[in-house]
Amino acid sequence: MIGITKTFGNVIANRDINLQVEAGEILGLLGENGAGKTTLMNIVYGLYRPDSGAIKINGKPVSLSSPAHAMAQGIGMVHQHFKLIQNHTVLENIALGYKDAPFLFPTRKVAHDLRRLQENYGLEINPDVYVWQLSAGEQQRVEILKALFRGADLLILDEPTSVLTPQEAQGLFRTLSRLASEGHSVIFISHKLDEVLSICNRVTVLRHGQVVGTKDTAGVDKRELARMMVGREILFDLKRKDVKKGGVVLEVQGLHVNNDRGLTSVSDVSFDIKAGEIFGIAGVSGNGQQELVEALTGLRPIDSGQILVNGRDISRASPYTINAMGVSHIPEERIKFGTAPSLAIFENAVLKQHGNRAFSGRLFLDFASIKEHAKRIVSNFKVRTPSIDVPVRTLSGGNIQKLILGREISGKPSLLIASHPTYGLDVGATQYIRSQILQLREKSVAVLLISEDLEELVELCDRIAVMFKGKIMGIVAREDLNLEHIGLMMTGSHARSACEAGK
Amino acid sequence: MDSLIVAVVHRTLVAGTPLLLGTLGEIVTERAGILNLGVEGMMAVGAVSAFTTTFVTGSILLGVLVAIAAGTFLSLIHAFVSVTLKANQVVSGLALVMFGLGLSGLWGKSFIGTPLPTRVHDLKIPLLGNVPYIGKMFFHQDPFLYVAVILGVVFWFGLAHTRCGIVIRSVGESPAASESQGINVSLVQYLSTMIGGALAGLAGAHLSLSYSRAWAEGMTGGRGWIVIALTIFALWNPLRAYLGAFLFGGIFVLQYLLQPLGIPPNILGMLPYLITLMVLVIAVIGKDARRHAAPAMLGEPYLGGEG
Amino acid sequence: MNWRVKVERRVSYPRFFPTVVLLFSLLGGFVLIGLLFLISHVNPLFALWKIFSGSFGSLYGITETITKAIPLILIGSGLALVFRAKFWNIGAEGQLLIGAIFAGYVALNLGPKLPFYVIVPLMFVAGFIGGALWALPTVILKLRLNVNEVISTLMLNYIAAELLNFLITGPWKGKTQMGFPYTDDFPHSAVLSVVPGTRIHLVTLCLALLFAFALFIMVYYTRFGYELRVTGDNPDAARYAGIDFMKVTLIMMIISGGVAGIAGVGEVAGIHHHLSYPSSISSGYGYTAIIVAWLAKLNPLLTILSGLFFAGIVVGGDAIQVSLGLPAATVQIFNGILLFSLIMGDYFLNHRVKLVVREAP
Repeated sequence: MIGITKTFGNVIANRDINLQVEAGEILGLLGENGAGKTTLMNIVYGLYRPDSGAIKINGKPVSLSSPAHAMAQGIGMVHQHFKLIQNHTVLENIALGYKDAPFLFPTRKVAHDLRRLQENYGLEINPDVYVWQLSAGEQQRVEILKALFRGADLLILDEPTSVLTPQEAQGLFRTLSRLASEGHSVIFISHKLDEVLSICNRVTVLRHGQVVGTKDTAGVDKRELARMMVGREILFDLKRKDVKKGGVVLEVQGLHVNNDRGLTSVSDVSFDIKAGEIFGIAGVSGNGQQELVEALTGLRPIDSGQILVNGRDISRASPYTINAMGVSHIPEERIKFGTAPSLAIFENAVLKQHGNRAFSGRLFLDFASIKEHAKRIVSNFKVRTPSIDVPVRTLSGGNIQKLILGREISGKPSLLIASHPTYGLDVGATQYIRSQILQLREKSVAVLLISEDLEELVELCDRIAVMFKGKIMGIVAREDLNLEHIGLMMTGSHARSACEAGK
Repeated sequence: MDSLIVAVVHRTLVAGTPLLLGTLGEIVTERAGILNLGVEGMMAVGAVSAFTTTFVTGSILLGVLVAIAAGTFLSLIHAFVSVTLKANQVVSGLALVMFGLGLSGLWGKSFIGTPLPTRVHDLKIPLLGNVPYIGKMFFHQDPFLYVAVILGVVFWFGLAHTRCGIVIRSVGESPAASESQGINVSLVQYLSTMIGGALAGLAGAHLSLSYSRAWAEGMTGGRGWIVIALTIFALWNPLRAYLGAFLFGGIFVLQYLLQPLGIPPNILGMLPYLITLMVLVIAVIGKDARRHAAPAMLGEPYLGGEG
Repeated sequence: MNWRVKVERRVSYPRFFPTVVLLFSLLGGFVLIGLLFLISHVNPLFALWKIFSGSFGSLYGITETITKAIPLILIGSGLALVFRAKFWNIGAEGQLLIGAIFAGYVALNLGPKLPFYVIVPLMFVAGFIGGALWALPTVILKLRLNVNEVISTLMLNYIAAELLNFLITGPWKGKTQMGFPYTDDFPHSAVLSVVPGTRIHLVTLCLALLFAFALFIMVYYTRFGYELRVTGDNPDAARYAGIDFMKVTLIMMIISGGVAGIAGVGEVAGIHHHLSYPSSISSGYGYTAIIVAWLAKLNPLLTILSGLFFAGIVVGGDAIQVSLGLPAATVQIFNGILLFSLIMGDYFLNHRVKLVVREAP
C-alpha cells in the first residue's frame, strides 16, 4: 500500500522517531503533554525543521521547509487551537493563501469549489458566516474543509475533541471514517485513551520524545497503552474517602449575568455547595461557565440574583473583598490571568493577597513575610524552580499551575473555584492536582470544579451540574451518573426527556 | 459669495489631500497589524526632500519621487525594528518621529524662506472642468488630490475584494493563522509598512510643493498625528478616510475664515487638535464593536512559531 | 553549504550584562550619529568632541548640564512610572507648560503681596496641580472611552502651547516688556534663587532628586508600586487580582503630570522669570524625557543618571549649533538615533543571535 514514512531524530523534543502511516488508515499518536507529539507534527507540517532524519511521501523523500510546502505535498493540519480568523467569514478563511484563487474577487471561485467539496464529504457549513458566530465543532469543520480544499491526502488532527461535546465528537469520528474510506490518511493526536481505541486502526505511543511502540488497536487494552504512555502503572482510581458534608458554603440563587455584548449568558442559575463537597459543572466552553465564574469572583457585575458565601451577600463585592472572605480561584487561562510573567515568583505568590495585613503595611510591602510565604508554597507544592527570585515566566506550565494552586490553597479558603485546573497538563501534574483537590474535600473545603473533561468530573465530584446556553440543565449525584445522559444535557436536551429517551 | 463657496470647497479639498494620503497609507500598515506612529517624521522628511530636490533640479516629478523614496526608507527602519526585532512599536514610532523631524530640520535649514522656482499647477479635467461651480471645485484641482482620490478607491477595492487584501487583513487579524496557511507574515508586514511610508512621503511632498510652496521648520504641524487619529476614525476603511480627511481639511480652512471674526488666532489654532480629540471619541461610540474594531493583533509583535 | 541566522530567546543572563549591552548600544548610536555628520560634510570627531566638551568640558558646561537635567529628571521619573503601566504619556510637554502657566498666575497676582517663603511653595503646588489637571482628561478618555492616549496626550500638548501663546500675546501681555510677547517679570519673591554664578535653581534641583528617589521607593517597595507593575506586566492578571485600574492609572498620571508641572515652574521661576513662548520655556523636554526614562529602564532613580546624560547632549547640541551652524532640530536626530540604538540593544539583550552553517541536506 502507499504509505508515508518518517525517520528522524531531533534531539530536544523528538528523538530518532520512526513513524509510518498508510493510506486509508487512521493512526493514533498517543502521549502525555510534553511527549513531543505536537513538535513532531509541526515538523511534518513544515513549521519546524528537523535536526536530522528524513520524511518520505509515497516513497519519495521530501524536504518540508514551510507550511506552504507541506500543503503542496498534500499534508493538512487541524490544530488544537484553531487557526482561524474570527472576524473573517468562512470563505475568506478558506481563500487565504489559496494559490489557485484569482486575484480579483477570489471568494467567488472558492465558494464554487467549496460547494463541491462539501457535498463530497458531507461537511455542511454556511460559507458566508463569520467564524466567531460558529460553534467549536463547526469551526473544526471549517478547519478540516480548509485542509481538504488544499488537496490534503494526509490529515493531522491535534487533540481534536478537546473542545467538542460527546455528540460533536461522534460527528467528527464519522467524518474521519468517511475520509479514511475515501483513501485519505489521518493522524489522530490525543492523550485520551478511549477515543484512540475507538477510532484508530493503529496507535503509536510517544514518551519523552521517543517512540515506545506501535500497536494495532484491535489487540491492545487501555491499561497497556497507559503504561506505555507513562512508563508505570497508572492508577485510574484515586482514593476517595467518605466525607461528612458540612454547612452550605456557597449559595447561588436566580443568577442572571450578561456577557460583554449585553446578552444573557447565565440565566436563572441556582445551586449550593456544602463544605467538604466537590460540585462540578460540565458543559462545553462558551455556555456561560466563564461568566458564572467571573460573577462569583467579582470580576463581572450581576444582572440579578444573589450570591452568598458563608451567609454573606457578595453579589456586589469586589474581587479583593471576595478573596478576603475565603474564596480562592484558579483561573482558566492560568498564565494569562493568574501570573504577572516578568515579576518574580515571590511577587506572584501574593498576587491577590498583596493587600493583606500579613504582607503589607499601609504603604509598604513586607518583603520578609512575602518571601517566607513564597518559600513555603514552593516547597509544599513541589514547584520546581532554582529560586524564588526568578521571573515566573521561566517556569514550565505545570509548575506555574502548581504555584497558582499553592497560592490559592494556602490562603485557607472555605471555597475554591477551579476552572479547568488540569487543562494542558501532563498526567503526573494532573494526578497531583486532582489529589490535592480531593484532600481539600477532606479538609471540609467546598470546591466548585468547572471542567470539560468528563473523566475528571466523574472522578472527583460529588455532584455534577450541566450547563447549556446559560442554564443548568440538571444536577446529577455521583450515584446516578450516566455519561450518555450528561452528554445529552450538554447539547441541550433536558434532563427528564433525556431520561425518557434513554429508556 | 458664490466664488467664496467655490474657493472654500476647493481649498478644503486641497488641505485634506495630505491627510487623505497619509491616512490611506497608515490604514494599510495598521491592517497588517503594524502600528506606525512615525507618520509625522516620515511626512516631514518627505516634505523636505521634495522641496530640496525640486529646488535643485527644477523638476516637480523628481521631487515627488525622492519624497516617496525617503518616506519608504524611513518606514523601513520602523519595519525592521517592529517586525524583525519585534520591539515595542510605540517607542519605535516615537523615535522615528524625532529622527524624521530632526532630519528635516537639518536638511531644510538652508532653504528656509526661499521660494520654489517652479510651481504645481492645477490640473483641469477636460469637459468636467468646465462645468460652472462644480467644475472649479472638483475638476480643476491639485493633481495630488486626483492621485489621492484614485488611490483611495484602489485601496478600498484592493483590501476588500482581492487576494492581496485578504492576505493583508488576515495578517493583521491573526499572524498565526496566516502563517499556518503559508503566508510569509514578515514580508507582508514589511511591504505594508513601506506602503505607509511611501504615502506619508507623498503627503509631505504635497505639503511643500503644492500646499505651501515654501519650506518652514515644523510645516507638518501635527498632521502626522492627525493622520493616526483619522485612521481610527476611518475604522480602517479607506472609504471612510475620505470623510475624515476632508472634514479636517475644512477645519484648516475654517481657521482662516474665522479670523476676521475677532476670535484670537491662538484659540482658532487649537481647533484641529480639539477636533481630533472629539473625532477619537466619536469613533468609539455606538459602533458595532466586532465589525469596526481595530485589526485584532494591531501593535502586537508576532512572536512566530508554534506555542 | 547554506547558512542561516539562528535566533534564540535568551533565558537568563549575568547581572552585568544589561549594563554592557546598554553601553554598547549608546556607543553604536554615537557611531551612527558620527556617520550622519559625515554625510552632512561635518567632521564627526570634531563634532562629537564639541558636544562633549561643550557639556562636560568646562564649568559653565557642567552647570548648564545640571540646569537642563533638572526638568529631564523630574519628567523622566514620572514617565518611568506611567510607562511601566504601558500608559504612553506623550503629553509631558503640555503638562509642563500648564504647570508654568499656573505658577505664572500665582507669581504675578499673589507675588507682590506675599513673602517668598509663601509664594515659592505656593507656586510649586499650583504647578503640580496644573500639570496633574492637564493629565487627568486623558486618563478618563482612555479608560472610559478607549481613546488612544498617545494621541490624546499629544493633542493636549498642542492645545497647551496655543493657550500659552494666547495668554502671552493677549490678556497676560506684559506692560513692561516693550512689546515682546512675555508676561511681566515675576516679582522678586517669586524668583527662585540659583547657585551663584550658574543658572541652577536649587529648589527645583532638590525637588528633582527627591522625586526621583521617592518614586523609586514607590515603584519597588510599596503596595501601589506593586499594583502598578502588575498592571503593566499583565493587565488581565491585574484584573483578576482585583487591582483597580482606574485608581492606579489616575494616581500615576496625576503624579506624572504633576512632576511635569513642577518642571515647568522651575523653568519659568528659576530661569526665565516670566512666561514666554512655549519653545523658549521648554526645548522639547517632554519628549526628550521619554528617552531619559527609557534609557533608565523605567527605574526612577536611574533617571538621575540618564537625565544628566541627555542634558549633556542637549547642551552639547547647543554648542555645535553655535559653532557649526546646525539648527536646533539636530538634537532631535540624536535623540531618535539613540532611542533606536537602545531598542536594538534591548533585542540583543533578549535574544542570542548565531550564524549557523549547515551542510546541504
